[in-house]
Amino acid sequence: MERSEAQLIAAVLGGDSASFEPLVVKYSPRVFATARRYARRDSEVEDIVQEVWLKAFDKLKSFRGEAPFEHWLMRMTVRTCYDFLRGHQRNRESSFSEISEPEEDWLDRFVSDPGTAAEDADAAKLLVNRLLEKLSPEGRLVIQLLEIEDRTVKEIADLTGWSVPLVKVRAFRARGEMRKILARMTKDKYL
Amino acid sequence: MKLAELQQKLTAAARCETPDERVPYAFEKRIIALVAERASSSGRVLWIRGALRAALTCVAFALVCGAVSFFAPAVKDNNNDLSQDFENTLLASVDQSDTAP
Repeated sequence: MERSEAQLIAAVLGGDSASFEPLVVKYSPRVFATARRYARRDSEVEDIVQEVWLKAFDKLKSFRGEAPFEHWLMRMTVRTCYDFLRGHQRNRESSFSEISEPEEDWLDRFVSDPGTAAEDADAAKLLVNRLLEKLSPEGRLVIQLLEIEDRTVKEIADLTGWSVPLVKVRAFRARGEMRKILARMTKDKYL
Repeated sequence: MKLAELQQKLTAAARCETPDERVPYAFEKRIIALVAERASSSGRVLWIRGALRAALTCVAFALVCGAVSFFAPAVKDNNNDLSQDFENTLLASVDQSDTAP
C-alpha cells in the first residue's frame, strides 16, 4: 500500500532514511526545473538539487506539516538557488561583445521593426538569459519570480523570507537595473 | 529604440521558455546513499562533538587552575606550613632529648 507523505516523513524522522526516496522521486522534477532557471551547467544544477535534498533531510524536523511539503521544499529550493547566485557573481562580468550572431540578428530585427522579432525565438531566449545573468542576485531572483513566473509579492516574500516592502523595493531596483543593462547593451550595438 | 518595449519582449521570451524537469538517471539513488551515510554518521558525530567539548572544557579548567597556582602569591609564613608542623610534632621528642642536659 502506498504511504502518504506524512507517513513517509514520520518514518524518516523515526530513522528509516529509505522512506525519503519516494519524496525525492516525486519532487525532484520540480526542484530540477527551478534550479535550471538559475544555473546553466548540468553539474551546477545537480549540485543545487543535491544540496536542496540534503538540507531537506537535515531540517525535516523543522517541517511542522501546517503547509504542504512541496511548499516547504520549494522555499528551500529558492533560497538555495539564491545562495548559488550570490556565490557565482563573477558570471556577471562578461561583456555584451560575446553576443552570438543569431542574438544580434534578433536585436537588428527588433530595432528595424519590433513586431517582426518573435519572442519565442531561441535567440530571444539566449538574449534574455544573458541579460538575467548580468543582474545582481537579488535582482535576478525577484525578476524571475515576479516578472517571469508571475508570482505575487506576498508569494515571493514567503518563498525568499524577505518582507513584503523589501520585495517591492528590490523589484523596483531590479527593473531599473535591467533597464540600465539594456540601455548599455543597445548603446554598445546601435550608437 | 524603445527600451521598455524591448524589456517587455525579452520578459515574454523568458516566459515562453518551459522549464526542463528532466532528472538524471538514478539521481534519487545518489541522494538516498548520501542521506543514509549522513544518518549513520550523525550518531558518531554527536559523540565526537560531545567528547571534544568535554576535552576542551577540561583543558580550559586545567589552564585556569595552573594559572591561579602559578600567579598566586607564595606563602612565606612557615607556621602555616602543614608539612613543617607535622615534622616538628613528629620530631619534638627527639629535639627535646637533644637539648636536655
